[in-house]
Amino acid sequence: MDALTQTYTEEVAPRRASAARGSAWRLGWLAAFAWAATAAVILGWGDADDFERTNLLGEIAVAAGVVILGAASVHRFRALPAGLRASGAWLVALAIGLCGWEIITAKLDLLPRPFFAAPQAILEVFTDDWARLGESVLRSLWLLIPSYLIGAGLGFLVGVAIGWSRLAGYWMHPVLRLLGPVPAVAWIPVAFFVFPTSRSASTFLIALATFFPVAVLTWSGVAAVSSAFYDVARTMGAKPWFLVRKVAVPAAMPSVFVGLFMGLGASFSVLVVAEMLGVKAGLGWYMQWAQGWAAYGNMYAALLVMALMCSALITLLFRIRDRLLSWQKGVVRW
Amino acid sequence: MVALQAAVQAGLALDVANVSHSFSLAGQPLPVLEHINLRVGPGEFVALVGPSGCGKSSLLRLVAGLDQPTTGAVLADGQTITGPDPSRVLMFQDPTLYPWRTVRANAALGLEARGELRRYGHRVDEALQLVGLTAFAGAYPHQISGGMAQRASLARALVNDPGLLILDEPLGKLDSLTRLQMQSELLRIWRDRGFTALLVTHDVEEALLLAGRVIVFSERPARIRADLTVELPYPRHRDDPALTGLRREILALLGLES
Repeated sequence: MDALTQTYTEEVAPRRASAARGSAWRLGWLAAFAWAATAAVILGWGDADDFERTNLLGEIAVAAGVVILGAASVHRFRALPAGLRASGAWLVALAIGLCGWEIITAKLDLLPRPFFAAPQAILEVFTDDWARLGESVLRSLWLLIPSYLIGAGLGFLVGVAIGWSRLAGYWMHPVLRLLGPVPAVAWIPVAFFVFPTSRSASTFLIALATFFPVAVLTWSGVAAVSSAFYDVARTMGAKPWFLVRKVAVPAAMPSVFVGLFMGLGASFSVLVVAEMLGVKAGLGWYMQWAQGWAAYGNMYAALLVMALMCSALITLLFRIRDRLLSWQKGVVRW
Repeated sequence: MVALQAAVQAGLALDVANVSHSFSLAGQPLPVLEHINLRVGPGEFVALVGPSGCGKSSLLRLVAGLDQPTTGAVLADGQTITGPDPSRVLMFQDPTLYPWRTVRANAALGLEARGELRRYGHRVDEALQLVGLTAFAGAYPHQISGGMAQRASLARALVNDPGLLILDEPLGKLDSLTRLQMQSELLRIWRDRGFTALLVTHDVEEALLLAGRVIVFSERPARIRADLTVELPYPRHRDDPALTGLRREILALLGLES
């Protein structure tokens, strides 16, 4: 499981730029040109139908082009941050992608509506429905974060207990083995029946989905601690509680973070399912509701927001990991 | 160099009394030590040499209190050893530093484990200075070389002000140059501090350069084949004819005629 996450994050991780300092930022000039061309297509070419926000979209493209042009000009005198320089190819690709999308939807109307939305239709959702979207994000986070923390906390404690204590292992290991692999969503019928409110039921489900990977990986992390580490501390007079807190737990932390990462992914899927089925708020509910009204633009907008939210949470987790595990050699950058 | 200020206690007297020890391997008892009798006086430096896998390291684990002998007893200053104690510190072949702790925090491990960090915290920096690692106190183990890691491990042991330092091939994995350097530092610190030292090594020359006595073990199950006193003044030279003579004698005992 460790290796899996490793390769996944490595593939996602951006490669470091090797552009020489002070040289011309050719991709930057190209990106500025691409955004200017995209703006020209959006603004100069008449829409196939009545679309709102075409002008705003065009202005955004113009602004992007101007900002990139400015950055490319500045780069001749002062080197830009490597991260920005490295994103040059992406800036070009985004402009081309937006342009292509704009042409086949708004300009030529090639794709069936309302299933495929034009870029300005999605932009319109953000300008007109941002309050409801924003509230949905907050509702989702308000459900997700406490539930995730409960599941992660319990998973961590159970993992340490199983890894450390033979008695705990004897009783908890079989239960974990039998119930752990059951997808958390399989408990939905039971949960919405047993728990008094849909919120408490969802909290249970999200916590459960987080619990399993965190418990298993904490356990394997604790179990894998070299016995020499314990011997060293024991010869110096360490008591069992010290061995748990200061040897087993820190040594297991890299593995714990893999579990936290996997648990976060699992918690996202349960969150969305729970919001679509029972909870009357949040991004999952928003998408369900938008689809019910055939408001596909709203659905795509919510999907985009959800992608940003989940990615931001994963980034946050990796930041915390990098900070806590700075002692590790060659950690994967997210 | 700096002497640790906390009372430089005299070394500990060690008594291995008729110890036999066996492991259980796939249900079968596997004897590793047979009727070992060994007395080590306070402040002595004793080296144990023997064929690989003969059970020397098992003896060290008994002395450290990490395992209990099947029969017989190991006594420290006349008291039977029943468990680990900070007065008897083990240094392993691998530095076994905690990778999540800086060099300083690793050296402070023993004090922290016993809740004495506040009282004796100054010993940490003194020990780091003694092994020449002051500049690397804030480094993490992966940032330092193998030799430095082994020095850090030595500092971590010395912080406990041990009466007995148990050395399980601590220099075995170092390159030959670092090894020579560490041998003389070990010697300097031992003479400075006056603890008792028990060293397991594969390197007969190392045993003769450092120890006052060399115990030669037989193949498993280990018995004591010879107990040789090395009456040469320090610092010793590897090409000293008396030393080369002893070396030849030990190698012959180990079945390696040269």
